[in-house]
Amino acid sequence: MFGKLNLSAIPLGQPIPLITSLVVILIVLGVLTLITVKKWWPYLWREWITSVDHKRIGVMYSALGVLMLLRGFADAIMMRTQQAAAINAMGYLPPEHYDQIFTAHGTIMILFGAMPLVLGFMNFLVPLQLGVRDVAFPTFNSVGFWLSASGALLVNVSLFVGEFARTGWLPYPPLSETAYTPGVGVDYYLWAVQISGIGTLIAGINIVTTVLKLRCRGMSYMRMPVFCWTALCACLLIVAAFPVLTATLAMLTLDRYLGFHYFTNTAGGNPMMFVNLVWAWGHPEVYILVLPAFGIFSEIFPTFSGKPLFGYRSMVVATLFICIVSMTVWLHHFFTMGAGAAVNTFFGISSSIIAVGTGVKIYNWIFTMYGGRVRFEVPMLWSMGFIFTFIIGGLTGVLLAVPPADFLTHNSMFLVAHFHNVIIGAVVFAIFAGMDYWFPKAFGFRLHKGWGIAAFWFAFIGFWVTFAPLYVLGLLGMTRRLQHINFPEWRPWLYASVVGVAILILGVISQVVQFVVSIRDREKLRDVTGDPWDGRSLEWATPSPPPFFNFAVMPNVEGEEAYWGIKQRAVETQQLSPEPQYEPIEMPVNSGVGFYTAFFTSVFGFAMIWHIWWLAILAFAAAFAGFVFFAWRDVHEFEVPAEEVARVDRARRAAREALLERLSQQGAMS
Amino acid sequence: MGLHVLKSTLFRACRSPILSLLSFGLASCSGGVLDPLGRVGADDASILIDATVVMLAIVIPTILLAFWMAWHYRASNGKAEYLPYWSYSGRIEAVVWWIPILTIMFIGGVIWIGSYKVDPFRPLPSRTPPLEVQVVALDWKWLFIYPRQGIASVNQLVVPASTPVHFSITSASVFNAFFVPRLGSMIYAMPGMVSQLYLEADHPARLWGTSAQFSGDGFSDMQFQVRSVPEADFQAWVASVRGGGSPSLDRATYAELMHPSQRVPPTTYHAVDAQLFQDVASQKIPPAPGPEPEGPQHAGREVSTGGRD
Repeated sequence: MFGKLNLSAIPLGQPIPLITSLVVILIVLGVLTLITVKKWWPYLWREWITSVDHKRIGVMYSALGVLMLLRGFADAIMMRTQQAAAINAMGYLPPEHYDQIFTAHGTIMILFGAMPLVLGFMNFLVPLQLGVRDVAFPTFNSVGFWLSASGALLVNVSLFVGEFARTGWLPYPPLSETAYTPGVGVDYYLWAVQISGIGTLIAGINIVTTVLKLRCRGMSYMRMPVFCWTALCACLLIVAAFPVLTATLAMLTLDRYLGFHYFTNTAGGNPMMFVNLVWAWGHPEVYILVLPAFGIFSEIFPTFSGKPLFGYRSMVVATLFICIVSMTVWLHHFFTMGAGAAVNTFFGISSSIIAVGTGVKIYNWIFTMYGGRVRFEVPMLWSMGFIFTFIIGGLTGVLLAVPPADFLTHNSMFLVAHFHNVIIGAVVFAIFAGMDYWFPKAFGFRLHKGWGIAAFWFAFIGFWVTFAPLYVLGLLGMTRRLQHINFPEWRPWLYASVVGVAILILGVISQVVQFVVSIRDREKLRDVTGDPWDGRSLEWATPSPPPFFNFAVMPNVEGEEAYWGIKQRAVETQQLSPEPQYEPIEMPVNSGVGFYTAFFTSVFGFAMIWHIWWLAILAFAAAFAGFVFFAWRDVHEFEVPAEEVARVDRARRAAREALLERLSQQGAMS
Repeated sequence: MGLHVLKSTLFRACRSPILSLLSFGLASCSGGVLDPLGRVGADDASILIDATVVMLAIVIPTILLAFWMAWHYRASNGKAEYLPYWSYSGRIEAVVWWIPILTIMFIGGVIWIGSYKVDPFRPLPSRTPPLEVQVVALDWKWLFIYPRQGIASVNQLVVPASTPVHFSITSASVFNAFFVPRLGSMIYAMPGMVSQLYLEADHPARLWGTSAQFSGDGFSDMQFQVRSVPEADFQAWVASVRGGGSPSLDRATYAELMHPSQRVPPTTYHAVDAQLFQDVASQKIPPAPGPEPEGPQHAGREVSTGGRD
């Protein structure tokens, strides 16, 4: 009846997962009770769960990402303290638990932490920056988000029902085949990643179509903000690479469920093929994360330098260059499998060539500050921290692209330090910079500056204290994924790293306090102008938060840095453009199909993991029925009356008048 | 720029009290990959250091430029000129493209030459013929077979100093990577495949090796002793293993050995089945089994053989 599922799946004998599960369940129950008692369900259902507004979906993606970053960070704390506690000892986490933790840490941080955050930024920003009212496929977008959430849910369910994979975040066969991992851990991994992968692919298709087809009048390709270029390139990579992941994991699933032999040890299976295929996705994936991060910095440097981005065309070319070359470098993840000198040379050179594109970008950000008036607001601190950290991460990355150097450092703590150096230094720093920068746009009030500065310094120093020792450990020959350590001479470095983690914890606390304090003081931090940073792209032309239709009248762009142009003209002529003729707007209606589909997809995934075949069939049929029902609906859009549009836009214009007056006074003074 | 020059410079620098921090870092690097004992490791390490130095020459000025730029053009500095429309300079563009291109062309040369120079499959030129060692990665220990000597050992590798060693490496179950940090280049041990690796130790020493690819619950203890000894001592060791009372590694013993186990103390076998390695690599002997399932009642959790023994 319940397949492999029975009571022994619940970790009653293991205090750590048991207590964690109980705490998580209590928190979830508490939140649900609060929502019920406060009668927030109708609001949540109407405004968030069924919303097809790209801004709401972007915020929900980001919230999911932040939640998962916290979960992944908890794993990280356990890993670093376990290694420090397990020098010539067993520590407090036995291998079967520790192995799940590092697997979950990698999977969650990349696929359920960083990816939703990056997709959240793209969803929120791309339509606003392009001057349009929504993404190309609003309901599809909602489906994509809820499928990502469904995958994240399955990963977290594994904490208290069964176990997660114990293979590393990329489950290399033959270890991940049933012969060597008979439990449900790898199955949790497979179904969670497959389901969220479909969600990601949907998001990618959506953004590509939006950028290619939906720009406002005058927004030619070479006038798009660089963030939109990076979003386009990242989503092209999603569209190209995620199907490879889906196919690869589908093959492993067939091996595990139906006794196929794609990657098995025997019967002609080829485990190396999995490694090739999974990195053919895995390396572009790195650039899917980092390109939008570059885009975020390309927005922040000009704004806080008070001048345009240096070398816009170079930036676009470098982005496209990285996008294309990133598909041709995957073999550098296994130089040590003995492919031969010629193959290693090709992939070594192609990998280091990517550094040309990133190098150009770094110089362009530096020269953006040349002749500027640099304001060290919180986003700018993260950006400077990024330049320093990312350059060094890039250096060690090029080292790992040199095959003979990789022969010494592959799979070592040096490698671990390197990829955290680039992923934290670029992606995570960009996420926090971007959050501080666009938070007022999304919620209408700024984040508290003092706590933001504290969060930055703790994170920056904590990062280096945590990971610099790992570089040394790697050079000492320490390999990754050790549950205990047989070399007492490594002790000082492992302890130093734990000190770094403690500093990072202070950073995370500051970040949380920043949110709490800002929400408490939101009236004081209120952004009434819609343009709190003296911004340059079109999202700052809208009020904060923007109305659900974004723009009352579609903008007409007449140059690069669309909003900067409009603002300059207004300051010169001392008046806003004349009030336009308001017309009714058609907007897509809300839809519960995303939530509904994802609910049944989660049930389907869970049933497949536990071999509950009848439930899997029912859930799959129900999920598909949701799609059919949606396809048959008659009403797709509703009309916002012209008076409503006019009312919202007149309020915006009043705020702009005040802003214009202030800007003119400043102009008169300087 | 040879590794030798650099190392002596760095060690000299260590003596200066100003650079005590650096010397601390370097002293603690002894025993790691930057303290090679053989020519392969020395080549790898010198390439690593050369590439680092080349890139630091670009990276350090770039970082300094970034911070100078941000500081000099800070909003509160009234003396810095403000160029609100300046966003393009052909000359600067040319320079910022050419700096990374030239650096990467240089690094590309290092990659090209280095990849061929330390290709793990390439025999090391030497007057002494290489010692043949066959390596089988097992869950979770290493089996070393000396085919010419007709002996074998587990978790213990004894090699003559100043003689190249030719390793033929395979795995009986899952992926592992064969790695002796101070000897240099690592390479994967993969089931159904044989990797080749040539290493050499310059002089007698006690070293350690490890697996550098996660292979399951017992992975943390997949280290093995490495002893590089003078040629005469090596012959004496071989003779003592042959004459000692250790068991013989026949099919039955191997079938026993390939079951998952960990923290296996170094052991030796006085005789070995001559076809054993070929039959493991070609999978004539079926791959080693994985962990035992918990029985019919198990709910997806595996019995762990790891950790607590």
